[in-house]
Amino acid sequence: MLRSWLYRLDTKASPYLYILPFFALFAALSAFPLLYTGWVSLHDWSLLEDEHAFLGAANYLTLLADPAFWNALFNTVSILVLSTVPQLLLALLLAHLLSGRLRGQTFWRLSLLLPNLTSVAAVAIIFGQLFGRDYGLVNWVLGVFGAGQIDWAAGTASSHAAISAMVIWRWTGYNALIYLAAMQAVPQSLHEAAIIDGASSLQRLRKITIPAIRPTIIFTVIVSTIGGMQMFAEPLLFGGGQPGGGNDHQFQTLTLYLFEAGFGRFDLGFASATAWVMFALVLVAAAVNYLLIRRIRST
Amino acid sequence: MDLTLARVRHARRRVRRPGRLAYLTLAAVAFFSAFPLYYSVVVGSLDNSALGQVPPPVLPGPNLLSNIQRVFATVPFDLALLNTAVVAGAITFSQILSSTLAGFAFAKLRFRGRNGLYLGVVATMMVPTQLGIIPLYMMMAEIGWIDTLYAVIAPSLVSAFGVFFMAQYLSGAIPGELIEAARVDGCTTFGLFWRVILPLARPAAAVLGMLTFMNAWNDFFWPLVVLSPENPTVQVALSTVSSGYSVDYSFVLAATTVGTLPLLVVAAVFGRQIIQGIMHGALKG
Repeated sequence: MLRSWLYRLDTKASPYLYILPFFALFAALSAFPLLYTGWVSLHDWSLLEDEHAFLGAANYLTLLADPAFWNALFNTVSILVLSTVPQLLLALLLAHLLSGRLRGQTFWRLSLLLPNLTSVAAVAIIFGQLFGRDYGLVNWVLGVFGAGQIDWAAGTASSHAAISAMVIWRWTGYNALIYLAAMQAVPQSLHEAAIIDGASSLQRLRKITIPAIRPTIIFTVIVSTIGGMQMFAEPLLFGGGQPGGGNDHQFQTLTLYLFEAGFGRFDLGFASATAWVMFALVLVAAAVNYLLIRRIRST
Repeated sequence: MDLTLARVRHARRRVRRPGRLAYLTLAAVAFFSAFPLYYSVVVGSLDNSALGQVPPPVLPGPNLLSNIQRVFATVPFDLALLNTAVVAGAITFSQILSSTLAGFAFAKLRFRGRNGLYLGVVATMMVPTQLGIIPLYMMMAEIGWIDTLYAVIAPSLVSAFGVFFMAQYLSGAIPGELIEAARVDGCTTFGLFWRVILPLARPAAAVLGMLTFMNAWNDFFWPLVVLSPENPTVQVALSTVSSGYSVDYSFVLAATTVGTLPLLVVAAVFGRQIIQGIMHGALKG
């Protein structure tokens, strides 16, 4: 009697014990902070004071009226587009090249992974040097071709390009590996039939591979969007560790803007409002990209 | 007839054997992947005054060790390496443990609400939890953990991706008959976990461990928020170095080289497994 009761308890109840550590810690340290952000955002909340006056939507109204916020949003979206589009196209091409039976598979794949192993901070520092105005290698190469010395950090377009280069360098190979994994599930016979019909390699990529790995493409686009909307380390270190994003805020991203409000001015209520708006924007951006990319139809 | 057969064979070969163009492109990609890292070693091994040369230097100089010594003498880089190892080690251990436990329950146990909860795990993988940093910071300040490693470790103790990764692996790798046979032999749920699941989960746990360790080693935003330059992780120290001494590139890039080296060693040893892990995790996603 007791044994069967214990057995029932073990099979019915104990599964919850196994998922408890994950859910308890996730609730306390991820879900709760994210939700509590909403509560803080309705208050005048400074780290130094104990009294937090209720403000209602005031923080949100201030945020939406701040030109610096819209500037940060523009910069974030601009860098997001400039970095994601070339990165994913390049990754597709590379994966297509790697999908055949190459000699030295592991070597080529490792070389794709190498940039991703490098930390964001290291990447930002190294590229900051490469894109330096005076001694940067990029400017020297451009100088050989007769182009003038570019002060990469000074301009809006040039700083966005330099920051995008960091992202593209760090993530292209990683995404190529993900595409490669998906491509291995595409039946060989499809490609063979297409070759017999005289299709070129690029045609096969467009007409067979891309429609076949569409779910994976959607996945990478959404992950890149979520990551890109929260870009932080690259613009911070490109600007010498200052959250302003350059003299005219020309490359201040949303996360830098949030960081400046929260940990520069310690205006936690306002920073929380920024975080909630960013959260909504991430969802919108992911949804928009999902709808756009879903239009790739299998033919 | 023969002609068709020949064309089919030709087609098979073309699918399988990439041409010279493929190797050329890949060689170019390998060059671009490695060059920035190589160049940071070059700059890190020179005297800062050598950087103004025309054409710019492309070969390493003699000063790498002295520059690295300068880094260790100026910022607490040895402490940073130790801190990062502790943080990454603790996070990796905790994530493997919690992910294997939950992954086992989702993959192999029947309980009410399982599907809904699992869907919740998958959905939270996409949630930008980083946006909760303000209350998280307030919590850490409340407990008095600011500027301690606890504050860095705590938010990363569990990950939805880890649970998903282990659940996917365990549901595929462990046959249901094995579970039933153990049950018939009178195995309790914990016995099942300890004697059957844990040994079989090892390959996936190793891959998850490497991915987690790398992410923890490279994490930047949160450690920068809660730690001070006096008690940094490697990434925080790099941020300090590049912000404070930005003109001295050979100094900064010598530090970057030291901070990157441990992961390159890990990659050299476990590269194949890391690649498999990324490709495997992605395929299931």
